[in-house]
Amino acid sequence: MNSFTYTRATAVDAAVREKSADDGVKFIAGGTNLLDLMKENIERPTRLVDINTLPLTTIDSTPEGGLRLGALATNADTAWHPEVEKRYPLLSQAILAGASPQLRNMATDGGNLFQRTRCYYFYDLATPCNKREPGSGCSAIGGYNRIHAILGTSESCIATHPSDMCVALAALNATVRVTGKNGERTVQFADFHRLPEDQPQFDNTLAPDEIVTAIDLPNEDFSQNFSYLKLRDRTSYAFALVSVAAALQLEGNTIKEARLALGGVAHKPWRDSAAENLLKGQPATEETFRRAAAAVLQDAKGYGHNTFKIELAKRAIVRALKQAAEGTQHATEAFKNSNP
Amino acid sequence: MSTTNYIGKPTSRVEGPAKVTGAAKYAAEYNVPDLAYGYVVSSPIAKGKITKIHADEVRAIPGVLQVFSHENVPSLAWFDRSYKDDVAPGGSPFRPLQGAEVKYSQQPVAVVIAETFELARYAASLLRIDYDVAPHDTDLETKRDDGFEPGRGKTGWVPPPKPRGNPNEALKNAVHKVEGEYIHLTQHHNPMEMFASTVEWLGDKKLKIYDKTQGAFNSQQYVTKVFGLSKDDAQVISKYTGGGFGSGLRPQYQLFMAVLASLELKRSVRVSLTRQQMFSFGHRPHTLQYVELGTNADGTLAALHHHALHETSQFEDYTENVVNWSGMLYQCDNVKLTYQLAKLDVYTPQDMRAPGAATGSFALEIAMDEMAYAAGLDPLEFRLRNYAERDQNADKPFSSKKLRECYHEGAAKFGWDKRNPEPRSMRDGNMLVGWGMGGGVWDASIQKCAAKVTLTADGHLNVLSGANDIGTGTYTIITQIAAETLGLPLEAVTFTLGDTTLPEAPLQGGSWTAASVGNAVKETCDKLGEKLLKLAQKMAGSPLKDASYEDVQFVNGQIRLNADPTQAVVIRDVLPASGEKELTVENTMMPNPASQLTHSLHAHNAVFAEVKVDPELGTVHVTRVVNAVAAGRILNPKTARSQVLGSVVWGISMAMMEETVMDHGFGRYMNHNLSEYHVPVCADIHDIEVIFVEEEDDKVNPLGIKGLGEVGLLGVAAAIANAVYHATGKRIRNLPVSIDKLL
Repeated sequence: MNSFTYTRATAVDAAVREKSADDGVKFIAGGTNLLDLMKENIERPTRLVDINTLPLTTIDSTPEGGLRLGALATNADTAWHPEVEKRYPLLSQAILAGASPQLRNMATDGGNLFQRTRCYYFYDLATPCNKREPGSGCSAIGGYNRIHAILGTSESCIATHPSDMCVALAALNATVRVTGKNGERTVQFADFHRLPEDQPQFDNTLAPDEIVTAIDLPNEDFSQNFSYLKLRDRTSYAFALVSVAAALQLEGNTIKEARLALGGVAHKPWRDSAAENLLKGQPATEETFRRAAAAVLQDAKGYGHNTFKIELAKRAIVRALKQAAEGTQHATEAFKNSNP
Repeated sequence: MSTTNYIGKPTSRVEGPAKVTGAAKYAAEYNVPDLAYGYVVSSPIAKGKITKIHADEVRAIPGVLQVFSHENVPSLAWFDRSYKDDVAPGGSPFRPLQGAEVKYSQQPVAVVIAETFELARYAASLLRIDYDVAPHDTDLETKRDDGFEPGRGKTGWVPPPKPRGNPNEALKNAVHKVEGEYIHLTQHHNPMEMFASTVEWLGDKKLKIYDKTQGAFNSQQYVTKVFGLSKDDAQVISKYTGGGFGSGLRPQYQLFMAVLASLELKRSVRVSLTRQQMFSFGHRPHTLQYVELGTNADGTLAALHHHALHETSQFEDYTENVVNWSGMLYQCDNVKLTYQLAKLDVYTPQDMRAPGAATGSFALEIAMDEMAYAAGLDPLEFRLRNYAERDQNADKPFSSKKLRECYHEGAAKFGWDKRNPEPRSMRDGNMLVGWGMGGGVWDASIQKCAAKVTLTADGHLNVLSGANDIGTGTYTIITQIAAETLGLPLEAVTFTLGDTTLPEAPLQGGSWTAASVGNAVKETCDKLGEKLLKLAQKMAGSPLKDASYEDVQFVNGQIRLNADPTQAVVIRDVLPASGEKELTVENTMMPNPASQLTHSLHAHNAVFAEVKVDPELGTVHVTRVVNAVAAGRILNPKTARSQVLGSVVWGISMAMMEETVMDHGFGRYMNHNLSEYHVPVCADIHDIEVIFVEEEDDKVNPLGIKGLGEVGLLGVAAAIANAVYHATGKRIRNLPVSIDKLL
């Protein structure tokens, strides 16, 4: 069988040492994506280092008054954590919009950052894919690209990042704590993932020897006016065609602070600070939201099957901002009572 | 009330406990000793030639037993007829591993056999194969003008009837007219259970084969003809099937591979397909349809034209009845029905739940909705006004037809009379509400079927017939029929199926199993009852002495006189008194040809659907569906309801999600997994009501059964698309109704 060795890391620095010593090492936590990729022969690690026993499972307050999510806290524990629910409900909603309860029970917060794209061609070894096999070409451009990116694409790759959780983390200004050979550093969430450019094989900016130990949420309050709106082909267990994390701080009807990030549209969670600036200081009206939406999508490019995403994203942004402003997260509860 | 009357009573599945405890074994779960495992290698190209298979590299891996491909497959059956199964279409069946030619993407080109599944899979990933690639043609859109009318189709296919009346003239003169093109892409069955065959080598070319199939006898026939085995040496067993939906009607290639490897290696072999490989064989074909309707001023149909063109492979002409139903669902004197195929570099399509009718009814029933609007009539009123009292295709009366009752009962349950016909007129908060309807017609078929029943001295009844239960409830309904016929408690009856050593039963398909196996078992039990009565009459002081079979009833473990039920003999006492150890009857039920000649035998349904649509985002929720079905006698309302619930979920799936998308550059399906080939999740399914309309039918077959496997799916997709039109004013003629089409 496809042979690999399997060891358990006992400490973070030991894990870093193992990783930096050998190109063939992959960390495994929940394994919800990695095992699929191994079965499909897309990932072929020679060594699996299991990091589940590292002491990174807790969710704690930070000295700055924020919240630290241990890299090995599960998505389920995070979504249902009382502090997350109370102070960062946008994150809870985003996590619960993804995958299934079984997967969220296994998947970890750190692992979620490393999910790979669900591009059809990336998964099918019969077709060229620059992300899987650099230089082989992008089959999605000119192929079937309904689920592909419309922002920040390159001639090499139009894959999207599949995570919901990461979209909320981008909007919430999270930082990622990583440890490598040279010690610890922090990465702004927006800088953690990267655009494909001419090296789509790299999903993020992490050095090969580094490990994510925690995700820090800042001491900011977006617990009242927020929305995670996910549009997809079925109501659950499908990746986003377009998702929007929107969060506002309001003074009366005036927007004091705004956060806006999109999923399903780019190679990374798509945070748009320029659009946020267009919202700040403006009245929370549909007109304002439309301007912001137009700004986000002004450089969008469709590839045929996915061109509808441009219009869909605009409408989704307006709706999410509206829901955030109104404090009505879900407008979709209407179906429950459906008798005439 | 007696306690052994089971027919028509809601009855839980008799095999339920075995299924939920895992005791029920499926084809890939028979862990026979010394098992080797196969993993199939699929072609990455759509057309071309294999120039070299570097099999030696893989054979050298310790634990790899063999690599089979066209390079080393022994000489097998020569003639096409040996490869033809019971439902093979016209043409030349695909022969796995028997030529260098690649005819479609994902074609199986080799199978690696190894000591473990994991090793086989790994070794398969290393197998290098060189190809000469040839240009392929997979796009039906380019074949619009290249369609041809099939000659000889497969069993059950009926060429469209000749035009009646003067459809062209009638269309020209019609007061109101509509026309439209209706499209759906390829769809794949994807039952839960993957295709697998476990072949147990019993020595000296004798095999016991556990196969995932909808017909053990069909698999046996294929294996014996292709590999030159006797029936005694190729027993096929299929006790449980984790869903079929038509995908198991033809023997699939894993059966060929496993038998080949077992015979060559002289050991037991299992070959299981992957989910991705479930997209490498039969499917509902990509179909383009054109419907043109015209009415008179009073809303009666003046003319109907329905045309369909669908794909088939280069090597077989798959046929299904797409347009014929349009000539019999409504009264219309000027009808033209045309049907064509186009050859593409794909695998041969295959029957998929309500084959043809699900496709045809989707187009016709949307067109009928469009026609109702054009004629200014309520869609229900329009259908009632054009109700067919007689099958005009066959020019015969229906043996029974309670479609009118389906319309009325369904509409009443749904609240159709509160519908405002104006599109975009109904709302629930911000959501647009739409109500639409549809329906359909399906054959009530019956096939020759054998059964054997044995009553043992302790009063237990063993019922045997080599049918399959693909999850529909066959185990249960046959147990009910046998128990009621001989007045025994359900617990005293055991029904054994899915084995070619049992009396022969037809394939599980065409909605004919309940009627075929049910009537066969009923007839056989009656014969056993007659024998039992004779023995009972010989008992000392028997009160039944002068009674004929018609004079008695079998209830509550007794044979009683109809005239005086207190005069009875206990069934359990009969065999001990007679000195017989057991009583057996084996019998083959032949369908009565008379009723087929004199009457049109069909089931019908009417579907009402509600959708709620977000006007800005285009998200659709199917919030309510009422499906009223007239399908003769309902044997078990509980399993019957499940059948129709499943049909409605499938209809929602067809309407809203399902499509297998081909990248024509590669000639390859790209969403070949359940992550990207979407079917509904629980959150997509809301209220579903199933109504069974009373329909007695003494002509269709003795038990009055019409079958439920397919009829429930008809018109569901159309009803939903019509509801979406009512909600949004947007007419979607191209399934699925995905979010991008509603922006």
